[in-house]
Amino acid sequence: MSSIKEVLTQPLLTNNPIAVQILGVCSALAVTTSLSVTLVMCVALTAVTACSNFAIALIRHHIPGNIRIIVQMTIIASLVIVVDQILKAYAYDVSKSLSVFVGLIITNCIVMGRAEAFAMKNPPGLSFLDGIGNGLGYSVVLIFVAVIRELLGSGSLLGVEILTLVTNGGWYYSNGLLLLPPSAFFLIGLFIWLSRTLIPTQVEKPDFVISPNTETSGAH
Amino acid sequence: MEHYISLFVKAVFIENMALAFFLGMCTFLAISKKIQTAIGLGIAVIVVQAITVPINNLIYVYLLKEGALAWAGYPMVDLSFLGLLSYIGVIAAMVQILEMVLDKYVPSLYNALGVFLPLITVNCAIMGASLFMVERDYQFGESVVYGIGAGVGWALAIAALAGIREKLKYSDVPKGLQGLGITFMTVGLMSLGFMSFSGVSL
Repeated sequence: MSSIKEVLTQPLLTNNPIAVQILGVCSALAVTTSLSVTLVMCVALTAVTACSNFAIALIRHHIPGNIRIIVQMTIIASLVIVVDQILKAYAYDVSKSLSVFVGLIITNCIVMGRAEAFAMKNPPGLSFLDGIGNGLGYSVVLIFVAVIRELLGSGSLLGVEILTLVTNGGWYYSNGLLLLPPSAFFLIGLFIWLSRTLIPTQVEKPDFVISPNTETSGAH
Repeated sequence: MEHYISLFVKAVFIENMALAFFLGMCTFLAISKKIQTAIGLGIAVIVVQAITVPINNLIYVYLLKEGALAWAGYPMVDLSFLGLLSYIGVIAAMVQILEMVLDKYVPSLYNALGVFLPLITVNCAIMGASLFMVERDYQFGESVVYGIGAGVGWALAIAALAGIREKLKYSDVPKGLQGLGITFMTVGLMSLGFMSFSGVSL
């Protein structure tokens, strides 16, 4: 039982795919300007990761070692096509604003990385849960970034106005920087800082240690 | 000619793959510790982009697009939903072929690129360029220029980041930001810098 719980909860903070494993950063930055789009992306990625983990774990004993990447790619690409077609059919607006990023789930390293690192060695049920866990870990970071960007950038959440903008007779001056691409980098950097302050074991060792200043007097 | 030059400049600076669209971030962050390796990877990306984007363009125009199979006698067929699968197939196959060709004929370049070649398959910048090419309906000539431009832009960005990170090694960074955290901040600042190009219209 404990291993099921571990697989599900580990990726949320202690082994977060974005902040710790550095996987799947690309889409995390690009789709986070509005919360509703982000939620769709999270659901899509979690579904693809879980299903591809399940499918690959099912046939893991039959995949020859040297063509495994191609086999994994084919399975993942087929699943992404399904997601893409569903989005186009039922949520056309969201699919338009996600543009190429739905297709880029194929090359999202979380999916490939988990298939390679976990699903090739573990039974289907557990792999499925690992996929969901990592999808949720990805979602945590994305939602964190998206909430800040949409709330402070355009004063609303899910399209509902929360901080009344000056242009609508309110008091809040929107911060345009948060709608621009670079803000996502800063927010994820801050998220990493936060998670490493909470869990100090994640801190990376510096390449060079700066020795403390020994000369206290006459430093001017 | 003018049209192609402006498309190239646009792909390199204004729509920089790494800093404006955040594509290929995983490798961008992981393999930018040394300038040497960053440049090697950058060159590999340029080569692969220059080959795969035009090939995917041909596949899209002559096989997948709605009505594209008219030459084979099936004017009603629309296979564009197979796009994702075939693009990734082309990319994986091209990388594999390139690896074998380089190994046989240009071993020095092959050794220099080393492990980066297979890694390129899962680099979203490659896939992203193909998808943008389809979305924007580029002609064959445009797709060649766009592929090269996107590759050059990405290579430029990773070389610049590697240069900054080499200097950053000697700075006193707060504990929690050490490594990945400060890299994100750096890329954010670089991306702000590249945004100054966004006003340029060609």
